[in-house]
Amino acid sequence: MEAPPYAVFLFPSVSHALKAEKILKARGIAHKVIPVPRHISSDCGVCLRVAAEQKELAAEALQGLATWEKMVLL
Amino acid sequence: MQPDPGKGQLIYFDNAATSWPKPAGMVEAMGYYNEMVGGSPGRSGHRRSIDAGRIILETREALAELFGIDDSLRIIFTKNATEALNIALLGLLQSGDHVIATCMEHNSVMRPLRFLETQGVQISVVSCSGDGRLNREDVQTAIRPQTRLLVVTHASNVTGTIQPIAELGQLARDHGVLFCVDAAQTAGALPIHVDEMAIDLLAFSGHKSLFGPQGTGGFYIRRGLEQRLRPLMMGGTGSRSEFEAQPDFMPDKYESGTPNAIGLAGLGAGVRFVLAEGVEAIRSKEEELTKRFLKGLASLKGITVYGPADAADRAAVVSFNIDGVSPSEGSLELDERFGILCRPGLHCAPAAHRTIGTFPRGTIRFGFGYFNTEEEISLALEAIRSLALRE
Repeated sequence: MEAPPYAVFLFPSVSHALKAEKILKARGIAHKVIPVPRHISSDCGVCLRVAAEQKELAAEALQGLATWEKMVLL
Repeated sequence: MQPDPGKGQLIYFDNAATSWPKPAGMVEAMGYYNEMVGGSPGRSGHRRSIDAGRIILETREALAELFGIDDSLRIIFTKNATEALNIALLGLLQSGDHVIATCMEHNSVMRPLRFLETQGVQISVVSCSGDGRLNREDVQTAIRPQTRLLVVTHASNVTGTIQPIAELGQLARDHGVLFCVDAAQTAGALPIHVDEMAIDLLAFSGHKSLFGPQGTGGFYIRRGLEQRLRPLMMGGTGSRSEFEAQPDFMPDKYESGTPNAIGLAGLGAGVRFVLAEGVEAIRSKEEELTKRFLKGLASLKGITVYGPADAADRAAVVSFNIDGVSPSEGSLELDERFGILCRPGLHCAPAAHRTIGTFPRGTIRFGFGYFNTEEEISLALEAIRSLALRE
């Protein structure tokens, strides 16, 4: 089975997601803010999408600075 | 500035109420928001909504830097310092609790406390010296086993008197008492560090020394304290929309409804201006203007000045009276004859006026700002001299 190309980080609120975005930007980790995919959560907010192979790098960058609720492979 | 017909330029000395003028960047940031952003922050996933959210985050981050706060999401935005103080006081205190305040508090603290008193909260109002200074020992004596909170204004809006915040914060922490600081007069004008000053709740005004527009303010909550602080308002936050219970995390717990995003865009620019100039430099200039004014007043006859004699002990606020001239008459003449804009009366702080012996007459208050000049101080002194001599 082919590895999923993207992972998304879900946050409690848009404020958290945008704080995380700022951290990833500063660390030079490619990412995109996207609306939360409906099949993952019914929340109306946004989440951070990164390449699946960068999920550990992103998680390490965010650890302790921006709390995420879950990380899901798309 | 609008020229005052026949009287030259206006002199704005009402910065303790609202600062004016604002840095150019503040107006530009609001214009940019209006033209180029316009979306509802935290509500939708489209680019304009996300841009709006980013702008608000940048304002939070700038404030976090200014106050030494490690997590910017611990800052809540409100429409002013009054709303922030109401959330802190009404959200925290319950029947049976004891709270300590000072006689220099503004009505934004005293009115919620007097309401809470009718709900069974016990209140001690600690006296201050004639120039508005709080004595640490008097606060210590007032602490009881039921004392939940100490609330202190960082600097009086009447006399400018600066309280020893770091000392009081340590005292409160040593006794297991929460410490709430009303920084309406000082945020942006005096150095504030929430950890070094052991501050649990810091309420600030956006439209005074932070150079934001009116309709902006907020507060900081120390980590974990949100579990004990009820929100005053509940509603849509853009988060957890599938649940009908209010979110329990920061900042959403206290930020229901669409925020004043355009105002917060302006506030962000104001705070960045403060960071770029440096609080120390701003303080130094304001203290110098205050010192010059106090020195000038001391050389005039028929003038009574209130508050600390040394400009170093006060924010850039000076209350005074002119013998034989009521504060309202005096301020009207200053406006109409000299184009000097200030504020007469009781300044929403009756207990402070009782402390300095000016209740119910009040005072004329000058509130200086970073954009005032030495020349304006000289012109004002000349105008006051003229009023005192009934010229």
